[in-house]
Order: sequence, then structure tokens, then C-alpha cells
Amino acid sequence: MADQSLNTKAAEDGAGYWSANIRIIVVSLIIWAVVSFGFGILLRPAISGIEVGGTDLGFWFAQQGSIIVFLALIFFYAWRMNKLDREFGVEED
Amino acid sequence: MDQFTLNLLFVGASFALYIGIAVWARAGSTSEFYAAGRGVHPVTNGMATAADWMSAASFISMAGLIAFTGYDNSSFLMGWTGGYVLLALLLAPYLRKFGKFTVSEFIGDRFYSPTARLVAVICLIVASTTYVIGQMTGVGVAFGRFLEISNTSGLLIGACVVFAYAVFGGMKGVTYTQVAQYVVLIMAYTIPAVFISLQLTGMPIPALGLFSETTTTGGEGSVYLLQKLDQIVTDLGFASYTEAHKDNLNMVLFTLSLMIGTAGLPHVIMRFFTVPKVSDARWSAGWALVFIALLYLTAPAVGAMARLNITELMWPNGTNGEAVSVQTIESDERYDWMETWQKTGLLDWEDKNGDGKIQYYNDKSDAMAEKAAANGWEGNELTNFNRDILVLANPEIANLPGWVIGLVAAGGLAAALSTAAGLLLAISSAVSHDLVKGAINPSISEKGELLSARIAMAVAIGVATWLGLNPPGFAAQTVALAFGLAAASIFPALMMGIFSKRVNNVGAVAGMLSGLVFTLIYIFLHKGWFFVAGTNSFPDTVDGSLFGIQSTAIGAVGAIINFAVAYAVSMSTKDTPQEIKDLVESVRVPAGAGAAVDH
Repeated sequence: MADQSLNTKAAEDGAGYWSANIRIIVVSLIIWAVVSFGFGILLRPAISGIEVGGTDLGFWFAQQGSIIVFLALIFFYAWRMNKLDREFGVEED
Repeated sequence: MDQFTLNLLFVGASFALYIGIAVWARAGSTSEFYAAGRGVHPVTNGMATAADWMSAASFISMAGLIAFTGYDNSSFLMGWTGGYVLLALLLAPYLRKFGKFTVSEFIGDRFYSPTARLVAVICLIVASTTYVIGQMTGVGVAFGRFLEISNTSGLLIGACVVFAYAVFGGMKGVTYTQVAQYVVLIMAYTIPAVFISLQLTGMPIPALGLFSETTTTGGEGSVYLLQKLDQIVTDLGFASYTEAHKDNLNMVLFTLSLMIGTAGLPHVIMRFFTVPKVSDARWSAGWALVFIALLYLTAPAVGAMARLNITELMWPNGTNGEAVSVQTIESDERYDWMETWQKTGLLDWEDKNGDGKIQYYNDKSDAMAEKAAANGWEGNELTNFNRDILVLANPEIANLPGWVIGLVAAGGLAAALSTAAGLLLAISSAVSHDLVKGAINPSISEKGELLSARIAMAVAIGVATWLGLNPPGFAAQTVALAFGLAAASIFPALMMGIFSKRVNNVGAVAGMLSGLVFTLIYIFLHKGWFFVAGTNSFPDTVDGSLFGIQSTAIGAVGAIINFAVAYAVSMSTKDTPQEIKDLVESVRVPAGAGAAVDH
């Protein structure tokens, strides 16, 4: 009996860990898509009123801004996941 | 000292450095091989990954493509960096946990099928071979200029050097050699950019210079660099630099193809199999992107500033003044670069109307026809300007000191050679280990395996050189096709292998094959069968293409087909066995990851 309840708890924890991970991935990928495909391409006309160094904000996102956001996203994910690993006790030894 | 000797000195010194480090690292400790999987810090691993990743396409070709089209080619910048987000979030930590060394092994085990492994190997070989063709284009340009010979001779000599480099391949595995290559490469890229940014905007950081005001505005108030560039290119009938001229669909699909292709190319993924821990795999992707971003944030500045410099050299008295005279080009030392590059056959000019001047303008623009007729111009007289020469010619165009030019030559060769050699090694091991030993003749001797590896390498470089003589596009465009193929075949299989427990062996094989075949046929229909020029059925333009999608952007569609087919086929066939579900579960959590094990 004790073994069984331990297994169920482990399975629940595993599912919780994975769904928390999926949530972080989805949010990160939404930001990823908004800065590149959004601000850089499709939404560029919508934000063209904002001027940056002789051109518009969309041009900056397409040539530099999105790269900077990508960097921030990867480091955020690494930090957040390593924290999540410890919260669920699934980190490496 | 003349420029030729100086170039030779820089190239020679950089190669001596790489070999020196290789010898020192090998003698020092045997665990320095990155495959040993220990002791390589995420920062060091990131730098080595960046050197591995940034090839002739990033170094030699990309800024030139951006320079001559402006905003429309931002896809290269977003695509080749955005892929690292996918890699870090969707693949790297899980593949590290899986704990084997190659992509095809993961696919073979996860989809419990030797067929799946074989199909993955074929996908990898097709994508990598296309990639090498693009690299050879870059190698040809670099060697042609550096030895001051024609592009064709440069390509042939370059092919021999790449082959020797790949056979001597142990060097490739030493992380510290790659770190040295990265340092040479990034210095060669940024130092001339800093000089040029200072000249044009007074701003020492090129990435900021791009959005700064120009220093030479002649008293008419300050003008931003990009505004000035837009002005002079439109004056000459060219499309404006900062506006969009490509339809959104093609731009989105092209960017997406490059992104998922980045996360599907074996030589990048491989690096994350071998970091010490799962948490390190997450950090490593970030550090790799830091070092890649140093070049990618500089590249758009290099492109825009070079375009401005070239246009101003051709129109020294402004776009409404007199064009540069043939006599000036021949005598003025600021124009020496034009004569050196003419020798490679990649740059040429012709005084069509015989007025002793070289008018550079867009003769296909209706607006310019009137002005041309009024001035007696008979077409654009800067008849050939190969995009791939721009980065290498850039310091000469800006009249920078000789040592900077030598440094750029060394950097360009480092970028092209290391990636070309790395890909050849990947192809040869895929053929000899996975294809011959794994499928065709499992009882082959070690000697036989080595021989088949060498033969595969020789065939691959022969094919790549032959196609490199008549390339399907500029270096970065050919490489973009390779990314499309990787995007359509490998990435979906890897992602479904981790995020779905339901996708089974039949589904994965059907998905990979349909993605690869669809993309490959679409590319061949537009670029010619097996890239042989003239055998294409459709022109490779947005309007002329089969589905209104350019061949460089089709990989994203291939990936969607792959996902859809794999899912549909899996749902209508048998569920995956329990041990595979357990395997997927174990890959998803970091705990219990041992060191990577060899097969």
C-alpha cells in the first residue's frame, strides 16, 4: 500500500513538472513569435509610428531587437527550469 | 609590404595557431576532446558551438545579401538566431538526457525502428551535402581573392585544402581550437566594422552606429545613416533599404524555415549531447547565442555601411553629380579593390556609352529610364557585383589599413574551412557508420569502415565542388536550402519524439519521408534537378513559383506536412509500446542523467 501511494505521488509530481514546463515553453514561444514574426514582419505597419534612429521600430526588431529578446528568453528558460527542477526534486545529483 | 604578403602572413599565422593549440591540447590531456563530455564549461562550449555554427554563409555571404536588399533579408538575422530558442526550449535538454551521441540514434531508439534510423541518416546526408555546396561557394570566393586568382581556380584549390583539413580531422574535435577559430573570426568581423562605423557615424559600436546620425552631413543638419542610405539608393532607382518589398507570407515562411532548420541540423544538435549535465545543455544554448549574436548584431551594420560606401565611391560627387571616371578607378588607390576583385571574375564594370565614366544605377527602374535617356546612359555600368564578395572586400572599400584586410582574409577562411570540414566529417561518419555498417554490411572490418568514410568524403567534396562552380545561389542562399531540408525532415521527428508518446515508428518514417521528398522536389523544380542549372520547371521568383512560395521558404511547409502526416499515420496505426512511453517519460526529467555513452 505504502509503495502504491508513493508511486501515485511520483506520477502526479511528474505530470505537474511536465505541465509546468509546457506552460513556460508556451509563454516563451509566444514572446518568441511576437517579437520576430509579429513586430519584425506582420505587425510592423502597426508600430511604424515609433521612430528609432532614422527608421521605425519594426525595422529595429527585424534586424536587432528580436535577437536580443531571443537571448533573454533562453537565459530566462534555463534559470526558470533549473529552479523548477529543484522545486520538484528532479534535478541531477 | 604588399597586401598579398600581408594576407599570406595573417592566414599562415592563424593556421599555425590552430594547429599549435591542437597539438598542445592533445599532449596536455586526453579529455580535451569534446566528445569526452567532461570538463567543458558551458561558456567554452558555447564559444566552440558558435565557431562550428558560423560558416561561410554567416561570415562571407549574409551581410552582402542584406546590403543589396535591406530589410527584406532580415529573415537571415532572425532565422539563424531564433532557431536557438527552439533548440534550447524544445530539444537540447531532452536529447542530452537521452545520452547518446547522434541524432539518428535518438530517432532509431525512440521510434524503435532501424528503418527510422536509416531514413534519418538519409535526411542528414541530403541536408549536409546541400550545406557543403554553399560552403564551397564561399571557399571559392575567399581563396580566389586571397591568392588573387579566378573564382574557379580558387574553388579547386580550396576543395583540396578542405579535403586535407577534413582528413586531418582530429583537429576538429578539439574544443580549444574552435575557441581560437571563434576569436579570429569575431575579430576579423568586428574590427573593420568598428573602423567603418567610426568613419561614418563616430560611433565605435557598429550595432549602434547603424541607428546613429552620420558625421559628414555638410552643414545641412544631421541625417541618420539609414535615412541617407534610403535617399541615395532610391535616387539611383533601387528599392529603398528600410521598407518591405517582399510579401509577408514568403518572409514569414522563409524565417520559419531557417529557425526550425537551425534546430534540425546535426552538427549543432550534436554539441548539446555532450555537455556534462542537462542544466548545462540549457545554459550552453544561451552562451552559444551570445557569441553568435556578437556577429549577428554587427552584420546589418556591415551591410548598410558597405552599401553606403560603395554607392558613394561610384558617385563621388553625389547622386546628382558626375559618376566616377574610368581613369580614377585605374589610378586612384581608393579604387584598387575594384581591380583586385576583377581578377576573381566576381566584380566587373564596362563603359557602355563610352563617356569615360561608370554610371551605377538600376536600369530596370522605369523612373530611371528618363534620367538615363537625358544623360545618354546606356544601362548600369557596374555590370557585376557578386554579393558574396562584400564582406571580404569591405575593409578595402573603406580604405582601412592592410593588416585589417589580412585579418578579414584569415577570418573568412577560418569560417568556411572549419564548417566545410566539419560537415564532411559528419557526412562520412553517417555513410560509413550508420549506412554501411549499420544497414548494408554489419560485418565490415574497421579498415573497411574507414575506407568507406574516406570514399564518402571524397565523393561529397567532388559533388560539392562541381556544383559549387555553378551554384544554385549565393553562399547563404544555398545554405538556406539546406536549412529548409533539415527543417522539413529532422526537426519534426525530434520534437514529436519528445513531446508525444503517441507518434509511432510508422508515423515517424512516413512523416520524415513526406517532408523530405516534398521539400526536395519543390527545390529541384525551382533550382534545377540535383541543382543542375537549366533543368528547373519553374522560375525561382515569388510570381513564377508553383505555390507562390520561393524555394528557400518551402522548408516550413515541408515541416508542417511532416507533422501532419506523422500524426495522422500514427493515429491510424498501433500505439507505441510501453517501454517507449517509459523512455519518453525518462527523457522529460533531468534526474538520473549519466554521462553520454558511446554506442
